[in-house]
Amino acid sequence: MTTRELSRRTAVDVLGDAADDTTLRRFLHGLPGVDAVGLEQRSAALGTRSIKTTSKAWALDRIIGLIDLTTLEGADTPGKVRSLVAKGAHPDATDPTCPPVAAVCVYGDMVPYAIDALGDRHGDPDDGGISVAAVATAFPSGRASLAVKLADTRDAVAAGADNIDMVIDRGAFLSGRYSQVFDEIVQVKEACRRDDGSSASLKVILETGELNTYDNVKRASWLAILAGADFIKTSTGKVSPAATLPVTLLMLEVVRDWHRLSGHRVGVKPAGGIRSSKDAVKYLVTVAETAGEEWLQPHLFRFGASSLLNDVLLQRQKVATGRYSGPDYVTLD
Amino acid sequence: MGFLEYAPAPESRDILSLKDAYGLFIDGEFVDGTGGSFTTISPADESPIAEIALAADADVDAAVAAARRAHTRVWSRLSGRDRGKYLFRIARLVQERARELAVAESLDNGKPIKESRDVDVPLVAAWFFYYAGWADKLDYAGLGAGPRSLGVAGQVIPWNFPLLMLAWKIAPALAAGNTVVLKPAETTPLTALIFAEIVQQADLPAGVVNIVTGAGATGAALVRHPDVDKVAFTGSTAVGREIARTLAGTGTSLTLELGGKAANIVFDDAPIDQAIEGIVNGIFFNQGHVCCAGSRLLVQESIHDEVIDRLKQRLSTLRLGDPLDKNTDIGAINSAEQLERIRELTAVGEQEGAERWTADCEIPDKGFWFAPTVFTGVEASHRIAREEVFGPVLSVLTFRTPAEAIAKANNTPYGLSAGIWSDKGSRILAVADKLRAGVVWANTFNRFDPASPFGGYKESGYGREGGRHGLSAYLKPAAPATARSVEPGRSKRGKSETASAGKEVAR
Repeated sequence: MTTRELSRRTAVDVLGDAADDTTLRRFLHGLPGVDAVGLEQRSAALGTRSIKTTSKAWALDRIIGLIDLTTLEGADTPGKVRSLVAKGAHPDATDPTCPPVAAVCVYGDMVPYAIDALGDRHGDPDDGGISVAAVATAFPSGRASLAVKLADTRDAVAAGADNIDMVIDRGAFLSGRYSQVFDEIVQVKEACRRDDGSSASLKVILETGELNTYDNVKRASWLAILAGADFIKTSTGKVSPAATLPVTLLMLEVVRDWHRLSGHRVGVKPAGGIRSSKDAVKYLVTVAETAGEEWLQPHLFRFGASSLLNDVLLQRQKVATGRYSGPDYVTLD
Repeated sequence: MGFLEYAPAPESRDILSLKDAYGLFIDGEFVDGTGGSFTTISPADESPIAEIALAADADVDAAVAAARRAHTRVWSRLSGRDRGKYLFRIARLVQERARELAVAESLDNGKPIKESRDVDVPLVAAWFFYYAGWADKLDYAGLGAGPRSLGVAGQVIPWNFPLLMLAWKIAPALAAGNTVVLKPAETTPLTALIFAEIVQQADLPAGVVNIVTGAGATGAALVRHPDVDKVAFTGSTAVGREIARTLAGTGTSLTLELGGKAANIVFDDAPIDQAIEGIVNGIFFNQGHVCCAGSRLLVQESIHDEVIDRLKQRLSTLRLGDPLDKNTDIGAINSAEQLERIRELTAVGEQEGAERWTADCEIPDKGFWFAPTVFTGVEASHRIAREEVFGPVLSVLTFRTPAEAIAKANNTPYGLSAGIWSDKGSRILAVADKLRAGVVWANTFNRFDPASPFGGYKESGYGREGGRHGLSAYLKPAAPATARSVEPGRSKRGKSETASAGKEVAR
């Protein structure tokens, strides 16, 4: 039995066959609460780890290899996407040993241009390739009918997207219609299936900045995992606050607990607001000390970021040369 | 090598400018003692740090005389505002020299630099800032208008938080207008001596703060000294009892902050991940060398296995090693003597039938070390459930109902602190109300603030330190109108002076 089947079976064990509002509410509201002060203290403590010399060099390369290099603007063009792909494949023009990013993340209609620009580089980041992630389901608000969301998803998958980043219906979640959120995830996951039977992997964006409480973040994380998410992702990047360290810590605790329960590993993707190497290193520490070091792989942890990459490159140059360069020594895109 | 084996990140010792030998700090100057000297060592590798003068009885006499002169001639005559200025100056100097003090503390005590840097030293500064603010507001300390200082305070402090305990003692004493003779612990005199340099830097009048280093005999000479008006002691219950016996009937005021065997109560509706952190912080903070440590974990039976499972997993991520490495979580045990005591009590724990689990971590070749240890299956009658281990050793007991939790928590000769973990506010309030402990933490543990009084019930001592309550241990009410004009501030021993301590006992 694959771990995914195990995961399915565990979800059924937890919820029974009918994931209706009552069952989901009973489960989600029965989870142990989150003490906000304690959670924030723990994440602050993890943030004080001092990562130096060889550990720092390893961390910087790993951060690059975990980035979903992102452009999600109304003004995106095929040219902009080609630049993004070129940057992702060779982040540092002065250093060919610099690893590529894990994926590029674009709107669904830009997927063909991204794949075209990637050419041979298109592939699984675990094997050294660069994959293409597409946001779907009426990103970022998610305010559209289910039919439109599913069509949006199928369209991106048909265009060749390897990952789909969907948004949950926060309105439904906050008003307690958990089964609606659950069913949407299940159906979008179904829509990720390709003709050959394989499937694009599904990241479920919780938009934690709109969920307001840590208890809600915890419940939404469990809900997404039970519905079959391959990744849980903090934010769209369009709402403030986006990713924070305490929220990411909490989501990592949930995937750790889920792994303990089901034997199945779910990924975590903090997205938006992580701009400095220093911050990104804090996330690596938090992943390693919470879920475990095995989570620091592209199929289990990603950064959704755009400006982070250049700061990491500057730090990387500093580690190599002992001197700080400046913003003109890394390319804009 | 994995990422989690973080590359060494040692804090540099270059910031320290230690002398090879330190004298006693008496009347504003470092002077040679007459009692010889001893060596203070780093518990992490047993290397010598400095030679420290040993104060003999004559030196203690000189220090008390200097304190008396400073009290009579200068300090008790200064306005509160001027005393406050000196205290603010000390607080700022502590902040300026924070890194140096943190490195010295970790070197001499063995505690991790992240704790001395992020907890001890910032709290030291906070304590001086807080009591600096009180110095000109003593009319509002609760003793009526115009309260007077007691005179000369003899203070003896332990080795677990050397500089922080110094601040707890000196800041309120000085704010209230007393002068002090302080004896730091034998194994951790270093930061007190750097503090003496800060006192010089702050231009504090000579004799207001005196520091006499030495072992038990020096401390005994100080607390027994006939010209000391007030004794404040933090340390073991055995020594505290001895001091109380010595001072009984002498009229000297006394406050004691002694041992503890705190219950940390985890209910089944607790925020589980934060509770695990709280348990870890409760007993493994500062290697468990904390009088208010949460050394008895009382966990509701229904979640016992899950809590223990998660706890062990979390403990496996703790890093034991070089106290000066910024990533170290567990430092060195302070002394060979303390290590021996911890080993003895843990051996007894096993003999009595409790199940021992020790985190798998590499122990350095040199120095004094003890890996984080958890005992499960502990019964209330076991010695490890009764006696203070004062080390990184947790005893786990279970309960079924809130009433049982309260009864078990209170069933100890101590009563310094307790912790409650529950998501239900009403339960927290109801349980806290019934716990006989000076400090009760709810959904947190080992948090300190200068505004919050701290002290114990029963064998954990009497008197309160911190907050407004901490001031009353160093003040007495205004003199009767006839006497007031004669000798302001001059302390004469009398029954009335014990009033403040007496009130605390009744608490």
